[in-house]
Amino acid sequence: MTQATPEITSLPDLLAVAWRIEADAVERYQALAAQMETFNNAELAAVFRDLARAEGIHAEEIRRMAGDLDVAARAREIDPWRSGESPESADLAEAHYKMTPWHALQLALAGEQRALAFFDHILKTATDEAVRKMAAEFVEEENEHVDLVRRLLRRHREPSENWSEDPDAPVAQD
Amino acid sequence: MSTAEMRLACKPGDYKSDVQPVWCPGCGDYHVLMSFTRAFAALGLPPEKIAVISGIGCSSRIPAYTNCYGFHGVHGRSLALAAGLKVTRPDLTVVVASGDGDGYSIGGNHFLHACRRNIDMTYVVMDNRVYGMTKGQPSPTTEPDFDTALSPGGTGVRPFHPLVIALASGANFVARAFSGSPNETADILVEAIRHPGFSFIEILSPCVTFRPDEKEWKSMVRPAPVEATDDAARAARRLMTDDGFNIGVLYRGERRPFQPPFGRADADLTALETEFVL
Repeated sequence: MTQATPEITSLPDLLAVAWRIEADAVERYQALAAQMETFNNAELAAVFRDLARAEGIHAEEIRRMAGDLDVAARAREIDPWRSGESPESADLAEAHYKMTPWHALQLALAGEQRALAFFDHILKTATDEAVRKMAAEFVEEENEHVDLVRRLLRRHREPSENWSEDPDAPVAQD
Repeated sequence: MSTAEMRLACKPGDYKSDVQPVWCPGCGDYHVLMSFTRAFAALGLPPEKIAVISGIGCSSRIPAYTNCYGFHGVHGRSLALAAGLKVTRPDLTVVVASGDGDGYSIGGNHFLHACRRNIDMTYVVMDNRVYGMTKGQPSPTTEPDFDTALSPGGTGVRPFHPLVIALASGANFVARAFSGSPNETADILVEAIRHPGFSFIEILSPCVTFRPDEKEWKSMVRPAPVEATDDAARAARRLMTDDGFNIGVLYRGERRPFQPPFGRADADLTALETEFVL
């Protein structure tokens, strides 16, 4: 999936877009959790649910920071990703029924890194001082998230190359 | 509420049902569902004004995953069902979902005549070049060298070219999209739904289980190098050099949609009962 960077010119717009990034990530992780539940992979479903919960907390923090601003409505008005996808959203195409928590965390790491790059771009290009200040805060936060996911990844060993091999594969062609 | 307000108020989630999709993780159809709901929200259509009609196959599960009106019909007959619905309920937005097996093989003949008839509806075919639900048999769009236990040595059969067929048969809007770009696909859907007459969209939607090679599609697709045309002959010439991975709208025709001279006003239940009494 491609990522696009909408132009942010005001603090309310930045807050709305930041909220939308987290909200989209929640929705995507919930979808992945549901897929894993369908495939009876409770361990991985729990990992995705935890990731969704963490993103939900971030979304709520942004909503609080925004005060009276209706971030959801503002985000719909801006419609920031008419092309491309919200940067922190995991790519559904990367899911696999044999994937492991390590793969889930790799998806999360890629999302956090895209979000970091997104806010870093705003920090470097915005002309409004309030936008720059808030973007700097988001950059710091996303850096923390990247570090956190990296720490979580250390708890899981990278799966072998043949991790997707299934001794009872659904494929009827072999 | 005005249309503009409705559009702002609508969220893609408003069009999702509580039914959990059972496609394989990684399946392109998840993204197609996302494109459907985003397109409906962008159009600001109330769910009860949309009917999603399908046949049989993985892709045809999609009506159950939306909270619009839906009909999961019989194999290959989605277009016949949809045509009947649209002529009797022209007020509904009719979107038809199919796959390359359901739509081009079992329902191939309906495809030709739906294009020819030009009823105002949108036909979406999620093409993964394989029969996924029945475990990986070659479909009409499968490459001739697809060498598996079910097709030893490959099929040796020239694949069906859906856009060529649609154009030659008279479809009024012809496009190709890629499931991995859900926003761009939603944009094409919006345009197709708005375009009068029969709109056809082929969506390349990888089957990660039976065609893992299709994961490469995301690096193979590209925006079509030329703008859409309203000249069918020019569109046909473009298709002569098409390798199947150009994404975008190919053709926007100006043919008047077919609508028989009757509609909802005539759909009086008592009259129908009288007509069909045995």
